[in-house]
Amino acid sequence: MSINYNERIPNNVDLGEDRQLQRALEHWQPKYIDWWKDMGPEGFQSQDVYLRTAVSVDPQGWAQFGYVKMPDYRWGIFLTPSDENRLVNFGDHKGDKAWTEVPGEYRSILRRIITVQGDTEPASVEQQRFLGATAPSLYDMRNLFQVNVEEGRHLWAMVYLLHKYFGRDGREEGEALLERRSGDENHPRILGAFNEKTPDWLSFFFFTFITDRDGKYQLAALAESGFDPLSRTCKFMLTEEAHHLFVGETGIARVLQRTAEVAKQIGSEDPDALRKAGVIDFQTVQKYLNFHYSVTLDLYGAEISTNAANYYTMGLKGRFEETKIDDDHQLKGDTYPVPIRSNGGIGIEQVPALTAMNERLRDDYVVDVQKGVDRWNKMLEKTGVRARMTLAHKCFNRRVGRFDIDQPDIDHFSPDGRAIPESEWTKMHTEWLPTHEDHAYVASLMGAVNEPGKIANWIAPPRVGIDGKPALDFEYIRFD
Amino acid sequence: MEGSTVTAELMRQHLIDPEVCIRCNTCEEVCPEKAITHNDVNYAIDFAKCTMKGDCLPPCPTGAIDSFRKVARAWTVEEQFGWDSLPPDSEIVLESAGPVPEDVEKITGVATEGAGGATLPPWSAAHPYINLYTPDHPAEATVVGNMRLTAEGASTDIHHIVLDFGNAAFPYLEGQSIGILPPGTDAKGRPHHVRLYSVASPREGERPGYNNLAITVKRIAEDNDGNPVTGVASSYLCDLDKGDTVRVTGPFGTSYLMPNHAGANLLMICTGTGSAPMRAMTERRRRKWARGAAEAGGSMALFFGARTKDELPYFGPLQKLPDAFIDVQLAFSREPGQDKEYVQDRMRARADAVARLLKDDNTFVYICGHKRMEDGVSAAFEDICRANGLDWKELRDQLRRTGRYHVETYY
Repeated sequence: MSINYNERIPNNVDLGEDRQLQRALEHWQPKYIDWWKDMGPEGFQSQDVYLRTAVSVDPQGWAQFGYVKMPDYRWGIFLTPSDENRLVNFGDHKGDKAWTEVPGEYRSILRRIITVQGDTEPASVEQQRFLGATAPSLYDMRNLFQVNVEEGRHLWAMVYLLHKYFGRDGREEGEALLERRSGDENHPRILGAFNEKTPDWLSFFFFTFITDRDGKYQLAALAESGFDPLSRTCKFMLTEEAHHLFVGETGIARVLQRTAEVAKQIGSEDPDALRKAGVIDFQTVQKYLNFHYSVTLDLYGAEISTNAANYYTMGLKGRFEETKIDDDHQLKGDTYPVPIRSNGGIGIEQVPALTAMNERLRDDYVVDVQKGVDRWNKMLEKTGVRARMTLAHKCFNRRVGRFDIDQPDIDHFSPDGRAIPESEWTKMHTEWLPTHEDHAYVASLMGAVNEPGKIANWIAPPRVGIDGKPALDFEYIRFD
Repeated sequence: MEGSTVTAELMRQHLIDPEVCIRCNTCEEVCPEKAITHNDVNYAIDFAKCTMKGDCLPPCPTGAIDSFRKVARAWTVEEQFGWDSLPPDSEIVLESAGPVPEDVEKITGVATEGAGGATLPPWSAAHPYINLYTPDHPAEATVVGNMRLTAEGASTDIHHIVLDFGNAAFPYLEGQSIGILPPGTDAKGRPHHVRLYSVASPREGERPGYNNLAITVKRIAEDNDGNPVTGVASSYLCDLDKGDTVRVTGPFGTSYLMPNHAGANLLMICTGTGSAPMRAMTERRRRKWARGAAEAGGSMALFFGARTKDELPYFGPLQKLPDAFIDVQLAFSREPGQDKEYVQDRMRARADAVARLLKDDNTFVYICGHKRMEDGVSAAFEDICRANGLDWKELRDQLRRTGRYHVETYY
């Protein structure tokens, strides 16, 4: 299949001049489209969707709005413009010129890092593929599809790196990215959270608020990389990731706002009364938050990790906002506090900072999530209800690292960070995490609202629309 | 600019809505001026650094960045950090600088004689701001357009001049005037007198959404007796280049305003540059009409006189207006090969239509142009009324009392 590169694939990597890359993509692109049609949004491949497409990296070019059928979306390849003077900013190679080619000794590690990141992108599209059928409004449906096509573009971005810099091995990894399937027993996606289901819109909003935020922190750490093409690719992806976080944060805020409005109307915050009124009770929202948050904390890996230390020392993956941190950026003698089991509770252990890279990134992430939760609470306070959302302790419901509850002889922890016996966990976990019944209730609310101007009862309308359009009274999806 | 003495020098400040912003840092990354910064709570824009280039607008995922406020004093970054929500526009009201200057009063007094002095505005007119800028504190406008309206060979030179007010608030309505302060001094070393020009553009701007307005200026080349002279202000204005700055006072005028209610009819009679307010009102209605707005309703008739086609300002655009939108009647007094015709002759030719409008309580009459037209127009009204069982003098007084009769004529 021949492709008119610059028209079909907007790019700033001289794709039209790069025969080798063209050949690789000629092979991969049809498979990608097949994957998209097979695993992308179910039932909405032929609708016109009001989407944002990036056609260049300058501020005016990367947000072009218009109606597009999703399979015709112009998935582009963009890197932020290069800075010839950029250096490796941390680790053993600190002060060297940033690498424009893959250093031979780090080849397989870098390929693995890129593959793991790349694998999350199609995974989330697969997880979300049935949600179009139950969107609470056209605005929300459009946002879902925008998130989906951009995750698709992020896959392209990673595949570009694999094709361009890793030869045959890279091409094979590129193919494998299209072959794994989220939740498939035999051929699952690489990371746990990306094999969980996204069965309803509350899950979707939490996924974009909580799990896409992990994406933000991982991308930000990779944007510090000494391997310049990876750094520049991730930097551009971060600008798109922001929209996904927005969809999540405002999605939950609108759910809470609606519940609060109804609570005021009926004069009760009782879960049963709120459910009777057709909205999602505060407790259920809190349970979803606990679940998504704890599952996503696992994505950062074990508290102490030699791999993470190596990535840093090698200059491959930095800390969040590495260059803004005031230290020697090598951390040889430094320590970092990580949580540890102690005297029937949680204590603090000072460990070499290099081995605590995962924990450090997790902590940065926690601060960011907390700010979003604080903004929800501010809104709840304004509406006059008593309910507030709280972030569980970071050792709650973990399955990776020191607090993995599946390991023998490990205590459970309550959301407020108390060590609890197995018996209390068994009794209480249904109060902390969504049950089948909770899922069934949320599922019962999901019904398609596909008319401009209308919105489902369980969620408040957005404050502003997309691209200056009306929030609700606009045909973000055309059905004819 | 601080304190209660602020008149109207409101500035437009670019801000970020903290209730919509998700603190994603995209704007801070993309701003070429490094004008955007943040603390643990909020993102903020440094007014001194922001050039309003707008690079931050498209990448913002939320629309929070698309926030602007009119302010008397710019909010500091520290103040923005403390916000839970955006403040409203400046609470400092646009305040008149005091009584309208004597010279302006004198000019408007003479101009409105034909209506029997100052009259009431239409009941549904918008509230006008007046005298926001004075000779001591004029607004500085930039010329963004200067186009000759009359044909190249025509004996009169009339210009359509567009002035942009940048960050300065200059709210105006169709039918209002602005003062122009020509630079330099007269022969006796005194500053030149202010000259008044009717605004020729609708309130939302010559270019919609921009802080600009248009005026219609005829280059004065002879006095009323036909002796050659050089009009100080008119020559100054007609010779302006794009990018030049002009000192402006006003706006002025509280009664020659258009009605805003649905179904109001406009009967407009003008000559030469007296077409400026008619053009403003017509354009206001035309834009609404193009959007299909219901309140645009009500019929419009325009009787417009000039010596020849080539000397009639806005001749081209007028030809494009559909009959269903406006009844345009042009009269030419010196068109070669045609009989002399004045606006009053056109009115008589359309006596039925004029009478129908006069009998409608929803009709508002506007007259603007050279003093010479007044007597002829009055006579035409008298004739038309007599033939239709109306008493013009009585009707005129009633129109005047109800804010429906407006005259601005000049020598």
